Amino acid sequence: MIHTRGLRKRYSGRVALDGLDLDVAAGTVHGLLGPNGAGKTTAVRILTTLLRPDGGTAEVAGHDVRSRPDAVRAAIGLVGQHAAVDEVLTGRQNLVMFGRLHHLGAARARARADELLDRFDLTGAGATPLAAYSGGMRRRLDLAAGMIRAPKVLFLDEPTTGLDPRGRTEVWAAVRSLVADGTTVLLTTQYLEEADQLAGRISVVDAGRVVADGSPDELKSALGGDRLDVVAADPAGVPAVRAVLAAHGEPEVDADERRVSVRVADRVAALTRAAADLDAAGVAVHDIALRRPTLDEVFLDLTAKEHA
Amino acid sequence: MIWALADGWTMTRRNLTHWTRRPGQVIVGLLFPVLLVLMFGFLLGGGMAVPGGGDYREYLLPGMFALTMVFGIETTFAAVAQDADRGVTDRFRSIPMARSAVVAGRNAADMLNATAGLLVMLLCGLAVGWRWHEGLASAALAVALLLWLRFAMLWVGIWLGLVSRNPELLTAVQILVWPVGFLSSAVTFPATMPAWLGAVAEWNPLSATANAARELFGNPAAGGDGWAAQHPVLLAVLWPAVLVAVFLPLAVARWQALDR
Repeated sequence: MIHTRGLRKRYSGRVALDGLDLDVAAGTVHGLLGPNGAGKTTAVRILTTLLRPDGGTAEVAGHDVRSRPDAVRAAIGLVGQHAAVDEVLTGRQNLVMFGRLHHLGAARARARADELLDRFDLTGAGATPLAAYSGGMRRRLDLAAGMIRAPKVLFLDEPTTGLDPRGRTEVWAAVRSLVADGTTVLLTTQYLEEADQLAGRISVVDAGRVVADGSPDELKSALGGDRLDVVAADPAGVPAVRAVLAAHGEPEVDADERRVSVRVADRVAALTRAAADLDAAGVAVHDIALRRPTLDEVFLDLTAKEHA
Repeated sequence: MIWALADGWTMTRRNLTHWTRRPGQVIVGLLFPVLLVLMFGFLLGGGMAVPGGGDYREYLLPGMFALTMVFGIETTFAAVAQDADRGVTDRFRSIPMARSAVVAGRNAADMLNATAGLLVMLLCGLAVGWRWHEGLASAALAVALLLWLRFAMLWVGIWLGLVSRNPELLTAVQILVWPVGFLSSAVTFPATMPAWLGAVAEWNPLSATANAARELFGNPAAGGDGWAAQHPVLLAVLWPAVLVAVFLPLAVARWQALDR
């Protein structure tokens, strides 16, 4: 549904995209994950025809963004970082206006506005001007405005940035309901949790390029398997735990949490051996467990490699 | 082409709906120039002697009409800068609507606003004793020239709004309008200024339109024997034409450059 090859863009001497390759399959939610300034928003602006690339190709819903921008615009919805709705109009007036601009007839635009208000749980707020909306309501109206024509591809550029936890949950629920309808979604975010929650596949972007690609599980596995976490019973025991776990690899120590982690390949065997060794060394242990790496660890690992 | 008209109309209606939702702002906008007429006409006006003779309020009103048209730049600037700042412009640009509609809607709404504003000012003028003396046709031409100046201001406002993309700069625009307003024949007389300042004031586009309106309404003239003072109607046609010729392409280029 979305394909880019070698996408390049510079702004006033700074490289924003440095050969971005991206493939998003139809009907999936694809997360673009990366730190601020990684080029996520630039990629979305190019794919939504708002910005011209300097080089490379980009195709959305089968249309080239440069040669067929109108066909692309007819197939997409965009929800940007800032709620792009009219502050003065009411929620309903906004949706009717965008419906008319999508060339729905007057009656159809009104009917569609009511459907969308209902769907995004805003029916009660339809007659309220946007200025009186909460952040979560505004973003949901923004989503509704991006859905007027049931787009094939929906771009969500950091849809929950600046929202409180409740607003974030509201927006996530709205996105999930869209995905259930088969809309393809490209989601950019700097929140790992958000990508983990919503996206089936993730491309980690750093310095304008994709540095890793896969499902959240694949990305976590790619980071050298599971972690063995041992929490010492008291702070004084941390060095002893560290010494024992050093037999398995390079331990990472979180002194505040009294936690020592090490990557292990041979899961259960490593767990049993570590438990026996700790026992033999007489170290008091509060907790010992195997776990998958978090996306945070994947992310920090990948972006750290890039900058090294 | 049909869609360009339909989309332009949708955008016009959006802008008009803004007024119905914020009537206070519209009323203040319409009445502010009336307040200026009262201040200049009745508080300062007692000390004003029109160089060529005649009643100061008769002299003042056409100047205030023209100044009201120049004030319109603030409305245009604020609306364009706010849209660009809030990302609404991005949404419009990502919709398969006619590219011209945003500007066409701004145009239609602002010109309607300007016409309403001018109507209020004409009524205000009649109420304080201003009259036209040269017949309806001539008065209608004066009104047309005033709106022509507003049309030129529209393009300056759109360009400034797109360049700045910062609605907070409205205050700066509001402040800068004043020196332009006073360095003209709108409320004062270039003939009484130091010679070089007077020359600048005479060539101010605002003076050209104000003086042309005075001539066509049959109100007292600003005087002065420079070419600009002698040919106000011609200049009131040419000046806005020059401004449109410069700022319309600049605004369009700026709009197109949004994708760079």
